[in-house]
Amino acid sequence: MTPTPDPSHEAGSAYDGLLEHHEVAGDDSQWAFGTDFEDPLAGVDTTVPDDVDAAALATYCLMLGDDALVMSHRLSEWTSNAPDLEEDIALANTALDLLGQARLLLARAAAADASVVPALPAGSPVPAEDALAFFREAGAFRNVRLAEVPNGDFAHTMVRLLLFSTARLAVLGRLVDSRDPVLAAIAAKGVKELTYHRDYAGRWFLTLARGTDESHRRLLAALDELWPLYPELLATHPVEAAVAAAGVGVDPASVAAEVDVVLEQVLAVSGVERPDKAALAGVRGRTGRDGLHTESLTRLLAEMQVVARAHPTGLW
Amino acid sequence: MSAEWPLYEVFVRGKRGLNHVHVGSLHAADDEMAVRHARDVYTRRNEGVSIWVVRADAITASSPDEKDPLFAPSGDKVYRHPTFYDIPDNVPHM
Amino acid sequence: MTTTDVSEAGLLAQFEATVARNDRIEPRDWMPDGYRRTVLRQVAQHAHSEIIGMQPEGGWITRAPSLRRKAILLAKVQDEAGHGLYLYSAAETLGVSRQELTEMLVDGRQKYSSIFNYPTLSYADVGTIGWLVDGAAICNQVPLCRTSYGPYGRAMIRVCKEESFHQRQGYELLATMMRGTDAQRAMVQESVDRFWWPALMMFGPPDDDSPHTEQSMAWGIKRNTNDDLRQRFVDMSVPQAEALGVTFPDPDLRWNAERGHYDFGQPDWTEFMQVVKGNGPCNAQRIAHRRRAHEDGAWVRDAATAFARREQQEAIA
Repeated sequence: MTPTPDPSHEAGSAYDGLLEHHEVAGDDSQWAFGTDFEDPLAGVDTTVPDDVDAAALATYCLMLGDDALVMSHRLSEWTSNAPDLEEDIALANTALDLLGQARLLLARAAAADASVVPALPAGSPVPAEDALAFFREAGAFRNVRLAEVPNGDFAHTMVRLLLFSTARLAVLGRLVDSRDPVLAAIAAKGVKELTYHRDYAGRWFLTLARGTDESHRRLLAALDELWPLYPELLATHPVEAAVAAAGVGVDPASVAAEVDVVLEQVLAVSGVERPDKAALAGVRGRTGRDGLHTESLTRLLAEMQVVARAHPTGLW
Repeated sequence: MSAEWPLYEVFVRGKRGLNHVHVGSLHAADDEMAVRHARDVYTRRNEGVSIWVVRADAITASSPDEKDPLFAPSGDKVYRHPTFYDIPDNVPHM
Repeated sequence: MTTTDVSEAGLLAQFEATVARNDRIEPRDWMPDGYRRTVLRQVAQHAHSEIIGMQPEGGWITRAPSLRRKAILLAKVQDEAGHGLYLYSAAETLGVSRQELTEMLVDGRQKYSSIFNYPTLSYADVGTIGWLVDGAAICNQVPLCRTSYGPYGRAMIRVCKEESFHQRQGYELLATMMRGTDAQRAMVQESVDRFWWPALMMFGPPDDDSPHTEQSMAWGIKRNTNDDLRQRFVDMSVPQAEALGVTFPDPDLRWNAERGHYDFGQPDWTEFMQVVKGNGPCNAQRIAHRRRAHEDGAWVRDAATAFARREQQEAIA
C-alpha cells in the first residue's frame, strides 16, 4: 500500500536504512563525535572492591561528576556565542569531553551506592545517571563553586577553564592508580582530555595577557574575580580524605603544590602577577563539596532540569 | 574594523602509510592556533593522525590549464585571488 | 582578475563545455560574472543557514532531558558550526572573506533559510528539526555534491555525510518519545503539525515563481527544480510518519496511483514571503543574536591577531 522511496534516485542514499536504524537506541557513538568513540570501561571489572566504603565512594564520584557536569553546562552555553566558529567548535568539544566524564562518574556513583539516586515514580524508565543529574536538589550537588558561577566574557571562561583543568588534571593524574578499577579507567580517559583543555586554556591565557590592552585588562579582571574560588579546588573534604586513605580517591591537597607550579608558570610567561585575593568564605565552613553553593546553581539547575522534571516517567 | 585571522589550508594523514590530503580550510591567528583548530574542526581530536597546516597565501600554484593565457604570472596565489565580486555601495572599507 | 575581452567568447564556450561534460569549475578557472555571483549567493546563503540554524536547536542544549540527548544535541549543533565553516571556506575561494560574509548576513544583505525564523517551543522540536528540516535539507543537498563548482561540491560531500546522522538522531528521538508517555506523544504530534508546512517551504517557491532556477540549472549549480524536490520529500516523509505514528496536517495529502506520487496541499506562500522579507517570528532575534556574538568576539579576535604579530616580531628580533 505505502510506496517506499525509490533507492535508485540520488537522494535515496541519505535515507537508506533510516527506518531500520531508529531502533538502535543504545549506540550513540555515531552521534556524539568527540566522545565515546570507544567504551572506556570495556573489560573493566565494575564490582566495588570489598573493603571500600560504598557510600564514601559514591559521594566522591558525585564530587568529580558534578564538577564535570556543571562545568560542561557553562561551556555549552557558549554554543553559537563564541568569538569565532573555530572557538565555538573547540568549546563544544571541551563541553562534550566533560559531559562524557560526568556520565561515567554519575553512573559509578549509582552503582556504588544506589541510595544516592533520587526516587522516581514506579516504572519510570529514567536511568540512574539522569535521575542524579535532573532530579537532585541543589543542596545534593557536590561540585566546587568555581564550576557554577555564571559565564562572563571569553577571558572569564579561559581563566576558569585554566584553573579547573589544571587542578582536575593533577587529581586524575593520580586517580589512574585508584584501587577502584572503574575510577582508574575514567581517570585514564580524562587525563588525555584534560591535558588538551589545559593547553587550550593556557594558550588563550597567554594570548589574552599579551594581546591588546583591552584583552589584558579583561584577563586581569577575570583572574581577580575567579581567584577567590581557586583554593576550594584544592581543599580537602572529609570524604576525599577517607577515599584517599583507602587508596580509592585523591586528596586534592596532595596535588596542590603541583597545581600551583603549573599556574605560576602560566602567570610568569604571561607577565601576570598572582592576584592577592583571599579565598571565598563558606557558610559555617561549608562550601560546594558540602552542597553549599552560590545563588547561581539553583538557576542553572532550574534550566537544566526543567524538561526532565516535567516528565518524570518520560522516555528519551 | 579589526583584521580577520588569516586563512589556513589543512592537510591530514588519516592513517600511517597514506599521504596527507587536503581536507579544508580554517582561520587562525597563528600557526599554533591553526594546528589546534585543525584538530578540533577536522579530526575531532582523533589521536594518531598527522596534521599539516599552511597559510593559504604561502601556497604557490601552477595554472590549472597550461595553455590558458590568463594565468601567466607563475607566482599567483591560489586561494585569495582578487575577484570582481560586486560589493554594494553601502559597504565601508572597500 | 585582469582579463582581455578578445577571447571572452572562447572562454565562455570552454566554460560551457566544462559544465556540459559534468566536469567541475575550479576557483582559478575563468567563469562568467553571473555564475560567480550565483554560486557565491547560494554558498553564502547555505553557510549562513548552518550558522543561524545553530540557534533554534542550540537553545535546548542546556535543557536536554537526558545526558545522552544532551551529548547528541551538543555534537549536532557543533557539526552545524563545522558545516558553516566548510561552506564559508568554499565561498572564500571566490574571493570574499568570512568576515565580509558575516557582515552581509547581519546587515540583512544576504539571506539564510527561512525555516530558522520559526521558533522551537518544545524538546520534540529538536527531533522534528532533525527528521523533517534536516530531511528536507538532505533532499536539497545530496544533489549538490555534484554541483558544478568544485569547492562547493567538496564541502557538500562532508556536510551530507554528517547530515544523514542528524536526520537519524531526530527520527530516533521522536520514535523514542512515541514509546513514552501520552504527554510525550502529544508533544511530538504538536511539533510535527507546526513544522510540516515550513519544512515544505524549504524547497523554495513553486517553479513558476522561482526567479533563479532556470539559469542555475543550466549552469549546473542547481540540479533539480523546487517542485521536483518537494514532491520527493513528501513521498519519502509519508511512510516515515506512518511508521512513527504521527500525521501531517494536510487534508489534501493522499496517494495518487496514477502519478505514482502523493498529492498534497500548498503551504501558505503569503506567510513564506512575509518570513523571507524579515517579518517571520524570529528573524530579528536570530540576526541580533548573530550580530552580538560577532561583535562581542571582536576583542578576542583582535587580541589573537596582536599576539601573533608580537610573537612574530620577537622571533625576528
